[in-house]
Amino acid sequence: MRLRERSIIPGFGLTLGFSLTYLCLLVLIPLSMLFARTFSMTWTDFWNTVSGPRAIASYKLTFGASFAGASINAVFGLLVAWVLVRHRFWGRDLVDAMVDLPFALPTAVAGIALTAVYSSNGWIGRFLEPLGVKVAFTPLGVIVALTFIGLPFVVRTLEPVIEDLDAEVEEAAATLGATRWQTFVKVIFPGLLPALLTGFSLAFARALGEYGSVVFISGNMPMKTEIAPLLIMTKLEEYDYAGATAIAVTLLLVSFALLLFVNLLQWWSRRSRAT
Amino acid sequence: MTPSGQTSSAEQTRLEPPAVRFVLLGVALTFLGLFLVVPLAVVFAQAFSKGIHVYWAAIVDPDARHAICLTLVTALVSVPMNVVFGIAAAWAITKFEFRGKNILITLIDLPFTVSPVISGLIFVLLFGAQGAFGPWLSAHDIKIIFAVPGIILATTFITAPFVARELIPLMQSQGSEEEEAALSLGANGWQTFWRVTIPNIKWGLLYGVILCNARAMGEFGAVSVVSGHVRGRTNTMPLHVEILYNDYNFAGAFAVASLLAMLALATLALKKIVEWRVRQTLAEAERMASQGKIPA
Repeated sequence: MRLRERSIIPGFGLTLGFSLTYLCLLVLIPLSMLFARTFSMTWTDFWNTVSGPRAIASYKLTFGASFAGASINAVFGLLVAWVLVRHRFWGRDLVDAMVDLPFALPTAVAGIALTAVYSSNGWIGRFLEPLGVKVAFTPLGVIVALTFIGLPFVVRTLEPVIEDLDAEVEEAAATLGATRWQTFVKVIFPGLLPALLTGFSLAFARALGEYGSVVFISGNMPMKTEIAPLLIMTKLEEYDYAGATAIAVTLLLVSFALLLFVNLLQWWSRRSRAT
Repeated sequence: MTPSGQTSSAEQTRLEPPAVRFVLLGVALTFLGLFLVVPLAVVFAQAFSKGIHVYWAAIVDPDARHAICLTLVTALVSVPMNVVFGIAAAWAITKFEFRGKNILITLIDLPFTVSPVISGLIFVLLFGAQGAFGPWLSAHDIKIIFAVPGIILATTFITAPFVARELIPLMQSQGSEEEEAALSLGANGWQTFWRVTIPNIKWGLLYGVILCNARAMGEFGAVSVVSGHVRGRTNTMPLHVEILYNDYNFAGAFAVASLLAMLALATLALKKIVEWRVRQTLAEAERMASQGKIPA
């Protein structure tokens, strides 16, 4: 088998060679350093670092808050995507553009803004404080920040799928006497499920690695509100390169596993839409 | 019943009752208001909370001006590099069939799945004092980590996928017929690229550049790891915001943050315009193809 099929278009060697060299120098070699560093540690050292109580507490918070944030986004993201595709209202284009704000707004700006909004004298925080709800500098604050940054992933994954929904199936369900709610639960929702799961996983994966928007609102108390990326940062500042690398590798492997899961989901959704 | 009457009644069955629609819309807009609009509004409210003079002073402060310059320089270096890479990668992937293409696409996406902190860490492991090239670099008196080259490297890593990701689906949908026609009429490779491909992809390319630039200027985590936070020397705008904030200079921090927020709003507006143009270009390509103007 030939490496590539014949084509009259020139530039194969140049473009592929350049792309591969660029990716190797910028992405592959630097990333492989992470694993090389880890292999130079003994297994016990590695295990002690990644399973220390402070590390475990940081994983629990990172995974728990990322899961909570992605779940909130799955519910409200579905609602927002639905409203944007199906409903016509004044200012729809503006709202649609705003959904991308978490992509466009630098994370540090999002972090200080959310802290200002949810601190005890902030615009929203002052109404929550009398109810006994503290958001800033608690795990709840971490969830708020991770919800903010994950929202566009769910909405943007769902929008094209909602647009492509087959109108006839819904109309058939209605003609056969199903209520709108029954049609949604039994006909529409199963069709949206693969995309919803994909959006959820993308938001979850992004939240796992998030740093900028969380560090300001979390308060960064070890064992309580310290996320895993911050623990990497702390270890680096203490010149504990091996410790930082070990936790980074753990976090990275989980992200890769999630990416694989997303790819499987997309394959599943393509297959279920094709049949 | 008239045909138009039929479609409207068919559309009726796909819509919720008015009361339900009103509630859904209300909940969705409240959620977006609380999570998106309020934080954005608070940036500007806090920035001007001590008056226009404090705002202006925070922006023309020498450290702030230096941070703005460094942010611009970083974007000016890393965005063009990723544009060249994005075009080359998209050309190789969409114009040719070769083995391992899917692996290449996965590799391009890789920086998106890496936490920003880890993206900074890998360059510290390579070029830092304890890193693989650390001793050699210090022997030759070259500074990469805690200096501008490290900031540019980390930013380029983080923003590498943006242009390629926008161009690959666009160029895939456009196909290679126009390039093949130009080549068979005697144009050389570069002429074909500049006169046929670039006009076809210009809006998608611009879209990728906008996204890439927004991220390059706003990146915080990765840059924070490699910069060393030397005020007036290795601080970009997001890092300067952090320093002011940690000094309890809130009005100053939000003043610099408001510049970044304006950049974000400009990005969103441009994105909307370009999205519309891309859709037009695609629709045109489809129309031309269906009319048989391009031999399949």
